[in-house]
Amino acid sequence: MERVTGSQQYTADIRVDRTLHVKLVSLVCAHARIGTIHTDDALRAPGVRGVFTTDDLPKPVPRYGPVFLDRPMLATGETKFSGEPVAVIVAETKDAAEQAASLVRIDFEELPAVLSVEAALDAASPLVQDPALRPNDPLADTNILRRWTFGWGQIDEAAADLVVEADYGFPMVTHFAIEPHAFLAAPDSNGVVVWTPTQHPYVLQRVVAAALNWPIARVRIISPDSGGGFGGKGWPKVEPLMAWLALTLGRPVRLVLTLEESFQASRRASAHIRARSGFSSDGRIVFQDLHADFLLGAYADIGGRVVSKASYAACGPYRVPRARIVARALLSHTTPSTAFRGFGTPQASWAVESQLNEAAEKLGIDPVEIRRRNLPAKGEAFRPDDTPADGEWSTALSRAAAGIGWTAPLGPNRGRGISLGLKSSSTASRSVAIVRLHFDGSASVLCGTSDMGQGARTVLMQIASQELGIAPDRIAIVMGDTSVVPYDSSTSASRSTVFMGNAVIDACHSVKRQLHAASTGIPTALDMSVTELLKAHFGPPRGEIIGVGEAGNAYEPDHPLGGRAAFWEFMCAACEVEVDPETGEVTVQKLSLVSDVGKALNPRQVEAQDEGAAVMGLGHTLMEQLVLGGDGRILNLGSLDYRIPSIKDVPMHFESTLIENGDGPGPYGAKGAGEGGTLAVAAAVGAAINEAAGVKLRELPLTPEKIWRARANENHKTKKGDE
Amino acid sequence: MKVALTVNGVLHAIDAAPHHSLLDVLRDQLTLTGTKECCAEGECGACTVLLNGRAVNSCLVLAVECDGEAITTIEGLGAHGRLDALQQAFVDTGAVQCGFCIPGMIVAARYLLSITPQPNEAEIKEGLAGNLCRCAGYSRIISAVSLAANRKIQTGD
Repeated sequence: MERVTGSQQYTADIRVDRTLHVKLVSLVCAHARIGTIHTDDALRAPGVRGVFTTDDLPKPVPRYGPVFLDRPMLATGETKFSGEPVAVIVAETKDAAEQAASLVRIDFEELPAVLSVEAALDAASPLVQDPALRPNDPLADTNILRRWTFGWGQIDEAAADLVVEADYGFPMVTHFAIEPHAFLAAPDSNGVVVWTPTQHPYVLQRVVAAALNWPIARVRIISPDSGGGFGGKGWPKVEPLMAWLALTLGRPVRLVLTLEESFQASRRASAHIRARSGFSSDGRIVFQDLHADFLLGAYADIGGRVVSKASYAACGPYRVPRARIVARALLSHTTPSTAFRGFGTPQASWAVESQLNEAAEKLGIDPVEIRRRNLPAKGEAFRPDDTPADGEWSTALSRAAAGIGWTAPLGPNRGRGISLGLKSSSTASRSVAIVRLHFDGSASVLCGTSDMGQGARTVLMQIASQELGIAPDRIAIVMGDTSVVPYDSSTSASRSTVFMGNAVIDACHSVKRQLHAASTGIPTALDMSVTELLKAHFGPPRGEIIGVGEAGNAYEPDHPLGGRAAFWEFMCAACEVEVDPETGEVTVQKLSLVSDVGKALNPRQVEAQDEGAAVMGLGHTLMEQLVLGGDGRILNLGSLDYRIPSIKDVPMHFESTLIENGDGPGPYGAKGAGEGGTLAVAAAVGAAINEAAGVKLRELPLTPEKIWRARANENHKTKKGDE
Repeated sequence: MKVALTVNGVLHAIDAAPHHSLLDVLRDQLTLTGTKECCAEGECGACTVLLNGRAVNSCLVLAVECDGEAITTIEGLGAHGRLDALQQAFVDTGAVQCGFCIPGMIVAARYLLSITPQPNEAEIKEGLAGNLCRCAGYSRIISAVSLAANRKIQTGD
């Protein structure tokens, strides 16, 4: 309701008295040695309360990160990506801070930069990360952060009737949440409080505390509901710096990034994937051999986990008897890449699903049929040592195909494509919920989930209402404050409905058990309302019943990901496109999505999540790409030059369907959802463009220019052949 | 510079810096934070308000240009705790996810319905082409505007 009246308070809407305004100062240069930073003019500017550089930070300069402690609070020695904070201004007003920022002069010596996969792998390139930060790491003298090899069986080319081999490219893209990143930090009686719309308040609390070298108890994170997350607001940004500034100056400090600064704060990893797949003549997969290079940024962030998790499950939902997957996470002098809806799987799916489409074409097998032949039945093991197939995946395939009229005759310049997507969900994680049954029979549910538009508040409210038999308007859902809500690993991996949902149910059961115990000594308990029972139980001092619930999946130290998939997030997308033969422009005429969600607690929300994820997928498929200049600057910085889908890009016929068999591990049989749409769109659209225009493109995005050029080349070749 | 603005029917006499946008003044001086800031270059539509009844990107309008003008923001829609037809339709169709683009979207839709009371799908798309949403698939937003238009016709609102 607050979201349609303008009364919802996002972080940038929060006003705190005596707040100072922060502005970051950076260099337009990917890699440089920093010399003297001249701050005198800025310090003398009206309203300025402080100008800080790495020299002002505690020594050794605190470094932070969710996995690797590699990122300094301010650039130290070198700047490692265009836009990295080198200095910071704090002033009485936003205008004063911006004015002073323009007065800081930085002496610097530009150095060669690593901006591509090729450069990262070139032994002659500079090292992005100081090897001293990577002790006992055999890869410390390379730009490879980590390397993984997964596989089973022996790759055997001779056993295949057809081998398809190609390189696939996935671009750097940015989250482009409509709410840019916002931070507010203030000293408080216990230590420090930081407001930011983070998806994972407890991760941020741990990271800020470590950066300050403080106990966790002294750091409080408040995460107001965000204006869009998509992974971009998952992992720490500049919060440790903000906390330090608030403590150093003894006043609240506020920073709202511009959209351009948000582009430079986080992005999706680009990827080059060399895929080689063997097939039998009847379309069965004989082997898959995948080499994936993901280009991370200057600091690891959560990038390594993105690569390992996505490559681990890169073979998709199929029976693959032999597989080899080699993946590398590469460092570069670019914006740090982080989690982004789909968590690396859209990159892998683009390659593997395109391979299936290319094999289907070569073997003369329908793309739907080739997938059906390789799909495991429900309960069948397919990824060795992991959770068996947990849904009716063939049914989803048929429904998505039927949704666009797969077998109907095609009009001119039209083509169809289909693709599946499969994502390993949450592995080891923990969620705790507290349910407080108040004296008047109303209840508060306390949980560390963040609502970023996926509808967690609504779903957790529904669950508590159902379990306690209390009307929704008598339940408060309390989120986003580490001093109030109990521990939760994260709001990621489509896990909240499943794990926090189960934790809320567990807590409700505890409340009911205590209520039952309270009633045993009261002879007339059966005739009493809950309120009367609580009154009889507690007497005049009053009180409340508190239930604590917990859910999660265990950490498995020997598992490559630390744990098996709690469930598989499965999606099928089928589409029909029209390609303008003159301009190469693509119109998505039909898009049909089918996901297997176990049980949709709020079907409208789940469908809307699938639709939103698919439109986001259309973005990286057709139009989105961060373009870097030779100096490492993002050339299309901002909304004018970086296009995301608008309302005019919505498919003409657009439907999402849910398969519900109550076979998930979450409440009432639910599985997680919300990322699936990003997994399957690209390969479906790519195949449809191939059919419509006769061009096979393997580098996303599939822009009109690329299509037009590829067609022109094809026509040229055909003409030559005719001569 | 002294500027007199009528915002949601209330006259405000303020002192605005010459470089401050209407958006700056609404959010920072009048604390009407329902209007959102995203791109600050007129591309995303999050800051859409009505200026004398016409939809504008408030980030591209200087506050000093608005002296004597009438402005309607998201806070000016609906009354006495009740939602207006568009707000209600956005809730009823499930068009809202994170909600950050929604104030601008609803104000832009309000302008669209003021000039085209019964828009077809193509007209809705054209009318909202300047408002970006990153969460939703847009189709429910189209449904919401259609629903609001139909209800207005039915109720004579």
